[in-house]
Amino acid sequence: MAIAIEVDSLSKRYRLGQYQAAYGTLRETLVHAGRRLTRKEHHRPTAEIWALRDVSFDVPVGQVLGVIGRNGAGKSTLLKVLTRIAAPTSGRAEIRGRVGSLLEVGTGFNQELTGRENVYLNGAILGMKRREIEARFDDIVEFSGVEQFIDTPVKRYSSGMYVRLAFAVAAHLEPEILFVDEVLSVGDAEFQRRCLGRMEELANTGRTVVFVSHALPAVAQLCDRVIWINGGHAVDDGRPADVIANYLHQTHSAGTERVWPEESAPGNDLAKILAVRVRSHEGMPPGVMDVRRPIAAEISFKVLRKGKPLFPKIKVLDQEGAVAFNALDTDERWLEQTPPGEYVATAWIPGNLLNEGSAIVEVAICSLDFPKLEHHAAVYEAVSFEVLDPGEGDTARGRFGGQWRGVVRPLLEWTVEEAQLPK
Amino acid sequence: MVRTDTTLEEERTTAGTSVDGSPGTRASAAPGGVVDAEASVRLTVIKPASRIPRLQIDELWHYRELLWTLVWRDVAVRYKQTFLGVAWAILVPAFTALVYVIVFGKFANFPAGSTPYPSLVVAGVLPMQYFASALSLASLSLLSNLQLVTKVYFPRTLLPLGGVCVPLVDFVVGLPVLVFLIWKYDTWPSGLETLTAPLWILLAVVTVFGISLFLAAINVRYRDVKYMIPVILQVLPLLSGVMFAVDQIPAKWQWILAFNPMTSVIAGWRWAVLDAAQPNMGQVAIGVAVAVALFFVGLATFRSSEPTFADTI
Repeated sequence: MAIAIEVDSLSKRYRLGQYQAAYGTLRETLVHAGRRLTRKEHHRPTAEIWALRDVSFDVPVGQVLGVIGRNGAGKSTLLKVLTRIAAPTSGRAEIRGRVGSLLEVGTGFNQELTGRENVYLNGAILGMKRREIEARFDDIVEFSGVEQFIDTPVKRYSSGMYVRLAFAVAAHLEPEILFVDEVLSVGDAEFQRRCLGRMEELANTGRTVVFVSHALPAVAQLCDRVIWINGGHAVDDGRPADVIANYLHQTHSAGTERVWPEESAPGNDLAKILAVRVRSHEGMPPGVMDVRRPIAAEISFKVLRKGKPLFPKIKVLDQEGAVAFNALDTDERWLEQTPPGEYVATAWIPGNLLNEGSAIVEVAICSLDFPKLEHHAAVYEAVSFEVLDPGEGDTARGRFGGQWRGVVRPLLEWTVEEAQLPK
Repeated sequence: MVRTDTTLEEERTTAGTSVDGSPGTRASAAPGGVVDAEASVRLTVIKPASRIPRLQIDELWHYRELLWTLVWRDVAVRYKQTFLGVAWAILVPAFTALVYVIVFGKFANFPAGSTPYPSLVVAGVLPMQYFASALSLASLSLLSNLQLVTKVYFPRTLLPLGGVCVPLVDFVVGLPVLVFLIWKYDTWPSGLETLTAPLWILLAVVTVFGISLFLAAINVRYRDVKYMIPVILQVLPLLSGVMFAVDQIPAKWQWILAFNPMTSVIAGWRWAVLDAAQPNMGQVAIGVAVAVALFFVGLATFRSSEPTFADTI
């Protein structure tokens, strides 16, 4: 098995004050800590951050590796070290093959030069030989769709034309190993689609790709393997669906279960909510749901006295707080005055309904007091979970890995008839 | 779940002990037999920066096309959107020389030796003008190519190197001014010393490259360089014999000025193209030694701070 990239105990340390870009508040904290130390000791201490710490992995030729992690976790540092923009503090890596990197499209474009001149300039910067650029020049221009303006200085271009030309050059780069960083977070949907398409093309022709991104759906879709970097360490490494699920589980905030002792349980003299939980999917970490499978939201509540016909209700919101839906239990049993006792009601949210991302569940025990629903017990933001598309192509997004908008994402049934053309 | 030999907290002290996890046993699809076939696979080794400064000629050679492209870009952009265009490459030295001729030649009667004063001045102004442009361009090159430095890898020495190459074009374009004066005063060079002309320019290139490597590296962290350059450029012509013939001043001062490599550059260049007096080779040796020393100091400074350029800039 040929190895394209071999990373052995790679570490990178930043001395604070030396690296001022990120780490705003953390830096201040550490600088403060540093100052406190200065008073005790006479030599000037250096606050340090290990942006990468002992990261080791191998990438076989032809693998598409995704690197995920929160902001500041070290994934961009890893990419910078592997693309030789920054040197590691210790460790070693070997890269076998011609390297290309897409860290930003249009790197080195010069405003004064024409489109034609910039194609040559940018191509050379991205590592293409002059004769390669010459050979592909016509394809690049055609792909960009700016033929008419190819001899106009790019400062006269619209931003759309500029990005298209820049991407056209990058897309014609044919490295054996390609590094891609967050390019997908810029540009419009069309542009993202083209980027992903191009990456898929490269992957399909046996190139090795290292893809650093926040866009989990794209990672799930494109990659053969994912490494999760946290605090400079590679904390997980394996199948995309597994690693992404672990990552979501770790990073997501509210729990999947809340239980109250009866005396402090939310509610009034009629009903109290004792517990709310979402049942985990088998084979997935708690709190991470397979988009295709039904999700069970469970409400345990206690009716203290007979008084009104009560019924449970849930409300599901997406991560931005948009309401996905409300649902009541409309079973006939709740039409009568509810007898005292403990109940466990489970709401089944169908598979292929919610979109990917975080979902928040609110629950309430209500009665109908026309014209309003009276809440006798309610918990807002009771529990939350993450919805994950394992990227196997059988969901509403099909094989597309880019951003997918919408609060819900039903898998629709489509019917297609072939239209008869008039002869 | 498949895991590679990812170490977490454990620290590996020596390289090469990582065979425990037998890296690469994992099966993965490598479509097509594109593997192993070629011996021409480019191997890149990434490791902590070495402490010994090297120019890395092989690496520079590998990136030669990029160097030419960057030089071509700067040349192409240099006179864009100017009315007079490349004529500036003639006008700037011509005008400077004219002022020098009037002020220092006519009023102050600076010593010129056997050479016609205007020729003497122009032959001094041209290399000095090259030095001035190269110094500004190359010293600020890392900063003016900030986007490249933080986004793409290539040997960083390419940027100051490109910076010292670009003004050579202006130098060549300005040469007709000198040729005109040679024709006017009929001081055509006669001996074999004319063949040494490129060597004097090479000495100027090495000198300015060394200083620029130093200043460019410093400039990444301290933006003071921008303010230092004009000071250097105002004083330097006076210390390089641009407006006087060095062999005409007291010998003690000649030896002091010899520590400035540009003194040798200008004296040697005049000897080569103007049939002026041959420079004192002892003084030239000092100039060359200083230039080489500057080059290594510059290279060492540049190389040692190079690994952190992208982090610091």
